Amino acid sequence: MPTLQIREALRDALDEEMSRDDRVFVMGEEVGYYNGAYKVTQGLLDKYGEQRVVDTPIAETGFAGVGVGAAMAGLRPVIEFMTFNFSAVAFDQILNNAAKLRHLSGGQFTLPMVFRGPNAAAHMLSSTHSQAFESFYCGFPGVKVVSVATPYDAKGLLKSAIRDENPVIFFESEVMYGVKGEVPEGEYLIPIGEADIKRPGDQVTVITWGQGVPISLEAAKIAEQNGIDCEVIDLRTLRPLDTDAILNSVRKTNRVVLAYHGWPYGGTGAEVADLIAREAFDHLDAPVERVCYEDINFSYAENLENLAIPSPERIYESIAKVAYKTA
Amino acid sequence: MTPTNPTTQAPDKDEVVRVYKEMLRIRRFEELASRAYTQGKISGFLHLYIGQEAIAVATADLMKDGDRVVTTYRDHGFAISLGCDPGACMAELFGKKDGLVGGVGGSMHFFAKDKGLWGGYAIVGGHIPVAAGHAFASKYLKDDAVTLCFLGEGAMHIGATHEGMHLAGLWKLPVVFVIENNQYAMGTPLKRQTLVDDLTVRAPAYRMTSDRWEVTDIFETRRRLAEAVERARKDHQPALIELLTYRFRGHSMSDPAKYRTKDEVDVWKEKDPLHRTEMALRSEHGFDDDGIEAIDDAVVDEMQAAVDFADASPQPDPEHRFRHHLVEND
Repeated sequence: MPTLQIREALRDALDEEMSRDDRVFVMGEEVGYYNGAYKVTQGLLDKYGEQRVVDTPIAETGFAGVGVGAAMAGLRPVIEFMTFNFSAVAFDQILNNAAKLRHLSGGQFTLPMVFRGPNAAAHMLSSTHSQAFESFYCGFPGVKVVSVATPYDAKGLLKSAIRDENPVIFFESEVMYGVKGEVPEGEYLIPIGEADIKRPGDQVTVITWGQGVPISLEAAKIAEQNGIDCEVIDLRTLRPLDTDAILNSVRKTNRVVLAYHGWPYGGTGAEVADLIAREAFDHLDAPVERVCYEDINFSYAENLENLAIPSPERIYESIAKVAYKTA
Repeated sequence: MTPTNPTTQAPDKDEVVRVYKEMLRIRRFEELASRAYTQGKISGFLHLYIGQEAIAVATADLMKDGDRVVTTYRDHGFAISLGCDPGACMAELFGKKDGLVGGVGGSMHFFAKDKGLWGGYAIVGGHIPVAAGHAFASKYLKDDAVTLCFLGEGAMHIGATHEGMHLAGLWKLPVVFVIENNQYAMGTPLKRQTLVDDLTVRAPAYRMTSDRWEVTDIFETRRRLAEAVERARKDHQPALIELLTYRFRGHSMSDPAKYRTKDEVDVWKEKDPLHRTEMALRSEHGFDDDGIEAIDDAVVDEMQAAVDFADASPQPDPEHRFRHHLVEND
């Protein structure tokens, strides 16, 4: 099976979908002649031309809104944010237009579109460029939210997102575009809304997504060395949640650690913890633990940043805690 | 009814009667909506189009199949002029099942895709990039449609407007942006919003053509709008137009409009296209009080029937609140 980087898997997904459907186009800053800030769109301009690989000025509100209007008129836009930090200035277009226009129009309009780009902390970019946006985009109805951590998932889920009839927020990671993994040749789709067990286990459930996945798998290795068998669940889709996958695992292990990039207050992790408390309270042998960002704005300095983000060691500490073992 | 030649310079009597009636239909609709609001039948925000009717009527006359209007929350006039059923419009204001969008949108969010009304948008300026997106799709799909995007002068000062117009200009999109400058952004007069008098001064920066006039004569308005629309259609040349107009009511029903003088309102009442068209019917086409009243009676009957329809329509089904958030919920 071929081994690809996440950026290559994403590119293959775009290429296949653009080849399959003339209505699919890519729009964003530096997606064309520059071949993508992170090279996800490399080569697409040469293959599909300026009409379908559209470089924009620095105008996120403008091109996010153009995407909305184009989707309403029958196209299938893939809007790239160079980072989701820049989506903040386009938030109104996503919140009030993309997510609402089907409902507001009584179903007269469909908005088949993808907003994609890197999300969450990268490395030493300070507070404005290190934010995880799950809790913002999962915080309102009318969109689906996907977060990918492997090349296989990246390709299969981006293809599904492009074919979805709803707006999809698609989170990638600046520090994971080079992550390699096996991707089968030929076409495949991964359904939106299905979590994936990245590591089966019996004793502690670690629920994670995006950049949390590799560090959770690292933590599970440390736990294994210490005699604790962890199941690592990659949610992959954050809205709608795969509640069955979460609850089935919790009912099996009775112990849960949520490990993710994102602030603790009112976030996606809190939503999962609430689900578990409501639906699996009687199965819990320990309080649900969360390992995520500290509730602070990020600093540039490396040591300060490292203290604020989850690490395999910090995740393992919480695994040990819910297993009532000394870390 | 559509005119045989929308750009004709010398409209005949039937055409003058037709546009008078179309403008009057909007005014009477709005007046009955105003009354229903004071009776408690309409809640939320209700922004009336009284004084600006000629713009919606002239626009509807120009549109071809596939053309779109994208407008603000002051959207009833376009719905009526584009041929939406006044009963469905009034039922929407009443929050009823038979409303234009089933009671989910209310006054500020009218949509009638099949009539060319691609939306009433309630976040100021947020629809400008969307309209550019419709035009982007027209260019992409080569469908020859023109998007007409209406905004208040207050929307000229928010970022989304600049970005949307900038992209429309950069990419030469078939869109006409029409500023309905009704002099006030809620209670703030234009001179306290910006230091320029002429809002089309931005057009050259976007490489748009521009035009600007006072809306007193509906036929002049139609003719000059038509020029921009056809340039957008044939040459993909976007335009920025400023229409000087006036709303005779407050910003919304909760606004007593104390920030302006009676003298100012009186000046604009003389310019009111509906009033001037009535004067033309009297002076040039032989209408007397009885003739004017006969038109009015028919229009009032139609709009009262719309109120009756809205009154009789049931509330939406409780389960309706779950629909249309995602395609799967339809």
